Amino acid sequence: MKEFKVTPIRNGTVIDHITMGMALKVLKIIGVAEDVSSTVSVLMHVPSKKAGWKDIVKIEDRELDPKELDRIALISPNATINIIRDYNVAEKFVVEVPNVVKGVMKCSNPGCITNQNEPVEPEFVVESKKPITLRCVYCDRLTTEIAENIQ
Amino acid sequence: MSTDFKGMDVVSIRDFSREQIEHVLRLAEKMVPIAKGEERSVMLEGRILGTVFYEPSTRTRLSFESAMSRLGGKCLGFGEPKISSVAKGETLADTIRMIDSYCDAIVLRHTQEGAARLAGHFARKPVINAGDGAGQHPTQTMLDLFTIRKEKKKIEGNHVVIVGDLKYGRTVHSLSEALAMFGAELTFVAPPNLQIPKEHLKAIEAMGHKPKISSTLGEALKDADVLYVTRIQKERFPDLAEYQKVAGTYRIDMPMLKDVKSDLIIMHPLPRVGEIAPEVDETPHAKYFEQAFNGVPVRMALLGLVLGGLK
Repeated sequence: MKEFKVTPIRNGTVIDHITMGMALKVLKIIGVAEDVSSTVSVLMHVPSKKAGWKDIVKIEDRELDPKELDRIALISPNATINIIRDYNVAEKFVVEVPNVVKGVMKCSNPGCITNQNEPVEPEFVVESKKPITLRCVYCDRLTTEIAENIQ
Repeated sequence: MSTDFKGMDVVSIRDFSREQIEHVLRLAEKMVPIAKGEERSVMLEGRILGTVFYEPSTRTRLSFESAMSRLGGKCLGFGEPKISSVAKGETLADTIRMIDSYCDAIVLRHTQEGAARLAGHFARKPVINAGDGAGQHPTQTMLDLFTIRKEKKKIEGNHVVIVGDLKYGRTVHSLSEALAMFGAELTFVAPPNLQIPKEHLKAIEAMGHKPKISSTLGEALKDADVLYVTRIQKERFPDLAEYQKVAGTYRIDMPMLKDVKSDLIIMHPLPRVGEIAPEVDETPHAKYFEQAFNGVPVRMALLGLVLGGLK
């Protein structure tokens, strides 16, 4: 009998080509810890023709919203999103790093006013997409430590 | 970029083009007689400036108040958050919204970086950053540029040596970027653990400059046109003996000035704590007290511009 590591899903989203080691961060972004009503499969350290190694996440019965896609793009800019409907790939696209990032991550500068109890969402301008470098709109701090600061 | 400043926030020197800064400096020149009390002005009569200081300040706060008063306006605010609602835990956003309704422009000094940008989001009136944590202090930069231009006739081509705490000193970061924009040559002198942060160095290099980096003053001082001294703070050193050793190395005294250019000017944002020996005050090199005065005309020009009294 042929052994599948992970079976195809009927409806949902397959996030492929995740930067190796980032799968658990992706799970955190899509909030599976709090809200699990269907199967989530995680593959880590999978051989990849493009990048050598990659991670994959499959979420059944769920499509992602734009904010979640922005977050994934920041930690894994080459990730591919496959939206599956009735076992077929209904849509397929590579995530896109946005030009402005709002409410997605906190500022890496502990002295930044946005890390205090103020009624604002942290906001960043993407200064460079390779490597991803963000500049805080408030304190001007540049950061490349995205995964550590994703909220 | 236009030179219409009415209603504009003054948060970071990076928000200004060279043309805009030159415009402020030209207007500041015209403000000097009023700043000295030789001429009178009612340009901002009936206008109120809110001065909101979450951190102690002598020069910045007093020079803003002097500038507003010299132009016929009035000030209100606090210089000690312990006696305001801030002590009860009020957010900066709420404090700003409240003060915004009592005045025509707000000057803010805060302990946190990015505070002025945040205040700008919540205030309808113009917000002027008077220092946000280790971040920006744009009016200090403008008065520093004004001082160099006044003493040296131009900024471009001057060799400016900046010494002291270049890592945490907030005046240094915006000043060095602005000096590079104006085409000055830069040398940064500091102990390795207090050297200029890489991101500022990168920003300067991106403007086509190659600043010199050194841990000793000796050689750099010989062909310097401007020596900009900043304070080395004791709390940055875990060991007091180490602090004393480092601070002593950069102390400017008469023997150190033996071989300098005759028209070298020495600047310091003040307060100084022993970085410059008192006998240097009497030499023609010392310009730090003029520099402190220059805060008044520069801030008058900015207040006039953002409140629409000047164009």
